[in-house]
Amino acid sequence: MNTAIAGVIATYGITLLLAWPLSRYIVKVFKGDKTWLDFMSPLEKLFFKISGINPKEEMNWKQHMKALLTINLVWFIYAFFVLMFQDKLPLNPDGNPGQSADLAFNTAISFLVNCNLQHYSGETGVTYFTQLFVLAFLQFVSAATGIAALVVVFKALKEKTTTQLGNFWDIFLKTITRILLPISIVIALIFIFNGMPASFEGKDTVVTMQGDTVNVSRGPVAGFVAIKHLGTNGGGWFGANSAHPLENPNYITWMTEMVAQVVIPIAMVFALGLFIQRRKFANIIFAIMTLGMIILLIPSMQQEMAGNPAIAKLGIDQAAGAMEGKEVRFGAAATGYWSTVTTIISTGSVCGWHDSTMPMTGLMQMLGMMLNCLYGGCGVGILNYYIYIIIAVFISGLMVGRTPEFMGHKLEAREVKIAALITLLSPFLILAGTALSSWILVHYPDINWAVKPGAWLNNPGYHGFSEMLYEYTSSNANNGSGFEGLGDGNVFWNVSTGFVLILGRYLPIIGPVAIAGIMASKKYVPESAGTLRTDSLTFGAMTFAVIIILTALSYFPALVLGPIAEYFSL
Amino acid sequence: MKHSNKLFPKDLVMESLRESFVKLNPKLMIKNPVMFTVEIGTVVMLIVTLYVWFTGHTDQGSLSWNVAIFLMLLITVLFANFAEAIAEARGKAQAESLRKTREDTPAKKVSLVGEIFTDEIKVVSSSSLRKGDIFVCEPGDIIPADGEIIEGLASIDESAITGESAPVIREAGGDKSSVVGGTKVLSDHIKVRVSTEPGESFLDKMIALVEGASRQKTPNEIALTILLASFTIVFIIVCVTLKPFADYANTPITIAAFISLFVCLIPTTIGGLLSAIGIAGMDRALRANVITKSGKAVETAGDIDVLLLDKTGTITIGNRKATNFYTAKGVNQEEFISLCALSSLADETPEGKSIVELAGKEVVNKLSIAQATMVKFTAETRSSGVDMPDGRRIRKGAYDAIKKLTEREGHSFPEEVRTRVEAISKDGGTPLVVALNSKVQGVIELQDIIKPGISERFDRLRKMGVKTVMVTGDNPLTAKYIATKAGVDDFIAEAKPEDKMKYIRKEQGEGRLVAMMGDGTNDAPALAQADVGVAMNSGTQAAKEAGNMVDLDNDPTKLIEIVEIGKQLLMTRGTLTTFSIANDVAKYFAIVPALFVASIPALQAINIMKLHSPETAILSAVIFNAIIIPLLIPLALKGVAYKPIGASALLRRNLLIYGVGGIIAPFIGIKLIDMFIALFF
Repeated sequence: MNTAIAGVIATYGITLLLAWPLSRYIVKVFKGDKTWLDFMSPLEKLFFKISGINPKEEMNWKQHMKALLTINLVWFIYAFFVLMFQDKLPLNPDGNPGQSADLAFNTAISFLVNCNLQHYSGETGVTYFTQLFVLAFLQFVSAATGIAALVVVFKALKEKTTTQLGNFWDIFLKTITRILLPISIVIALIFIFNGMPASFEGKDTVVTMQGDTVNVSRGPVAGFVAIKHLGTNGGGWFGANSAHPLENPNYITWMTEMVAQVVIPIAMVFALGLFIQRRKFANIIFAIMTLGMIILLIPSMQQEMAGNPAIAKLGIDQAAGAMEGKEVRFGAAATGYWSTVTTIISTGSVCGWHDSTMPMTGLMQMLGMMLNCLYGGCGVGILNYYIYIIIAVFISGLMVGRTPEFMGHKLEAREVKIAALITLLSPFLILAGTALSSWILVHYPDINWAVKPGAWLNNPGYHGFSEMLYEYTSSNANNGSGFEGLGDGNVFWNVSTGFVLILGRYLPIIGPVAIAGIMASKKYVPESAGTLRTDSLTFGAMTFAVIIILTALSYFPALVLGPIAEYFSL
Repeated sequence: MKHSNKLFPKDLVMESLRESFVKLNPKLMIKNPVMFTVEIGTVVMLIVTLYVWFTGHTDQGSLSWNVAIFLMLLITVLFANFAEAIAEARGKAQAESLRKTREDTPAKKVSLVGEIFTDEIKVVSSSSLRKGDIFVCEPGDIIPADGEIIEGLASIDESAITGESAPVIREAGGDKSSVVGGTKVLSDHIKVRVSTEPGESFLDKMIALVEGASRQKTPNEIALTILLASFTIVFIIVCVTLKPFADYANTPITIAAFISLFVCLIPTTIGGLLSAIGIAGMDRALRANVITKSGKAVETAGDIDVLLLDKTGTITIGNRKATNFYTAKGVNQEEFISLCALSSLADETPEGKSIVELAGKEVVNKLSIAQATMVKFTAETRSSGVDMPDGRRIRKGAYDAIKKLTEREGHSFPEEVRTRVEAISKDGGTPLVVALNSKVQGVIELQDIIKPGISERFDRLRKMGVKTVMVTGDNPLTAKYIATKAGVDDFIAEAKPEDKMKYIRKEQGEGRLVAMMGDGTNDAPALAQADVGVAMNSGTQAAKEAGNMVDLDNDPTKLIEIVEIGKQLLMTRGTLTTFSIANDVAKYFAIVPALFVASIPALQAINIMKLHSPETAILSAVIFNAIIIPLLIPLALKGVAYKPIGASALLRRNLLIYGVGGIIAPFIGIKLIDMFIALFF
């Protein structure tokens, strides 16, 4: 077998091997069992003492959401102002300026919501202070926010009838102290030993072989990149993200980053089964998610490895694959794999330019983000999948001749209303955003913005359309990657994607938590032979069909005008 | 009663066609959000068509194409209205045929004359009877209204309602005091108090439910409507945003194409059939001779987890029968049999009759009970018998009653009879000990006869996930035997009415839904407590008020049918929703290439059906979308067949038929329609 493919398979295999023990550990943490990291508990106690929080106080789903939203608002205000005035703050060896209000708005939100869209470049747009105390901080807390919301759902699914779903602050803090922080430290150490910088000094100067003097940005990169992947954040220290040699020096760091970004999403699926003691249910979810990934992965890798026929026609050798926008040290197969994984989960870091990938690969990347539930981001992936489960339960519950029920609770109008709202939210945000930008582009190409609408797109035609569609898809999925041809560093894109980010983040968190909370408070209905079994392969297939059909129906026309038209025109 | 089994009787079709147009009224349409949006689309298309006609512009496509799309959309709405109308008409016709039996018959009303209450009888029209009025009926009279017998006993022919020709006995007091309007008194004389106002009988209520005036959406229907509405909104988003996308791609799209795409994508199939499915559920219940008081009750029936069934009449045939005579030591078998027969000759109870039957004609013909004194069964002695003129005192009764009797007289109870008694009890029989002059002679074995085929039905229920519980007054030993033999899951022995209630509460407390059937006034609280309470039509008014269904046939096994009707209703909703949504895949492949192929020729590649032209492609999709509704009306009315094969297998089966089938069918259908209309374009 091709070594490039073997490398991909090995990376995925290592991820699985690590995810299993991690899931057991995660369950122990949230069940309050003893773990070897219990030495963190004095620190946690100190934190609770200072903030006057009683971590034993049980909350219902509404209290959880109130806590989650309040603290997120506080972080947003903090991040917004610090980014605007970063030039006045220390740790700015390169003398970078403060961000404009609209850019600070976009940056603060996009890191707050685990997206990391980055309408700036890391070398010039932020300082070491904001990288560390705003961006890296938000990378930790946003990942923990998603995981904490999911743990609330776990607790709701576990109990027969309850409104007591644990304490938000307790779950949230333990996610950071027991899971994210320790693993990040280990990953950062691996990075440092492989040559990733960890320095507070400013730009270095290098004289190249041609005799030119080049300024090379650096900084405390390793720790940042660790949580960037572990927390499925994806925001790069440098503008070139994980394609940058100092952010991803070699194949070992490539593998480490790759493993780091998927390990928690997969572990959370296993943890679901262990926590609610329905291993089969979780295993089938895992199987469906994996199947979805493979369906997206195979065309991506095949297309990238086969090379670009348009370039081949020019007589240029495509044996190495479609290498435009790729790093030679990773190659076509690895970049194809990365592009799939980074879009199905919500990392959005890149090790090669998505704008340069083949149209079919671009289609798969967008589909990955439109689905946004094949493993998905930290915590939120399963929350998204949960909504599809609810829709699938409703339809298939009827098909077995009972009013629908899930995990022993009846699914009624109120929950369906919430699920329906969440289901139509993504098409609304993505399509309306793209429609708005297309409309402005066509009818008002000459508005006097920093980048005129007429100059937004690097590429005309279908690919330009894909650039806009990709941007909103990525924002809605809180993914953060981009078809970077787009001129997005201006008011329109900063503000419009900013709102898509907020809605695309918080509603899909509140929705599932609300449904799970409401269902858990209902009377428990015991299972019988006539009850729909949600841990069967048939139901897994039903959920898969619901996911595929809903996504296909929502986005087919838009995708036809973008990547599909481009694919057939190539 | 006559059952019309034809799905589309001619007169109903004509009426429904008329109704389809009446239902175009937007005030009525808005109740169905999916079809309402189609109606709006139709109106827009009408305006566009008129615009094209008057201005002669062709930027919106040719006039004939616009007219074709407009007509097809109108037909789509009409088809959906027709589905609802035919379901209503069928339900109404069924209920009317029941109601007709009681229209304007003369009533012999008892009225108050002067200050003294005298039985002056005036013949009035049945329609003038009010609740609380009293009337009398004599042999040959048609009972003018629903009521309760307050005096007398009569045999009544209820065949007009139940189809059962054997007359039934109804009498004042007790649990069989109800009479139904339209039935005929065959013998005797009864005085009846009217129990309902005209127009408020259960049938009237049911007709109103079907007609739509007071029809309320059931909780599950509401939830499904919400889901369908949200799909509709998604497709509004898809179609509206397509306009700027098309501007970007420099592709003009006609209004007709937009509206066609929209109407094809939204779930019109299930949206058009949803209310028909609900009405048909109630109608199917009515065809099974069950009147439901709300659509919700039918829906709930599908969810039932526990069925409480009375032993007698449901699990066993009517009453116990004598099956064996066992003598005590030293007693002659033939003599014993004649003693048994003697004691039962005057016994009118079914058990007594069966003893005489078992004894045989030869024995019985030789016997005479002339001048003998009958000793009736009393709760105190718990035995009955006969005192013969020759001084023989024959008694038969329960083991402990006879034991007490013999021991009081100083006799001992024979050991071998006692063992026999125990053995009979253990086998589910009822021992009846016979004593002559207080000396035990032997024991008669009475056995319950379990209905043939009943254990298969319980098996079927078990596979549906429904637990069956037998309720009986028998002792636990007997009850257990019959329960095992009949294959029920649980039993309540020595049951008092409050035990039923307790059991229902316990199961409900654990989250299960319980159904039961009852007839007596003392069943009323349990009927009200149960999630589905089916009262027998012969039962008391109180029982009928308490339950949420009334069974006209008084057939205790009806519960099983009702559960299946409920499941069918829910399944039909689920499968047609799946089918409707699965259809969209093919419609996309028809319409989307048609929209863009003019400006993006490369997209010809996704015209996988190779449809003739963009116009025919869109029109074919719209036509398919319209005609699938009437094609599925029979399924909506009859319901999807329920198979008790376990939930996962059932889901797999329905997913294959309606999911995979729903993806494939429109590819074939649209292609065929396109081939046909290509002849004209």
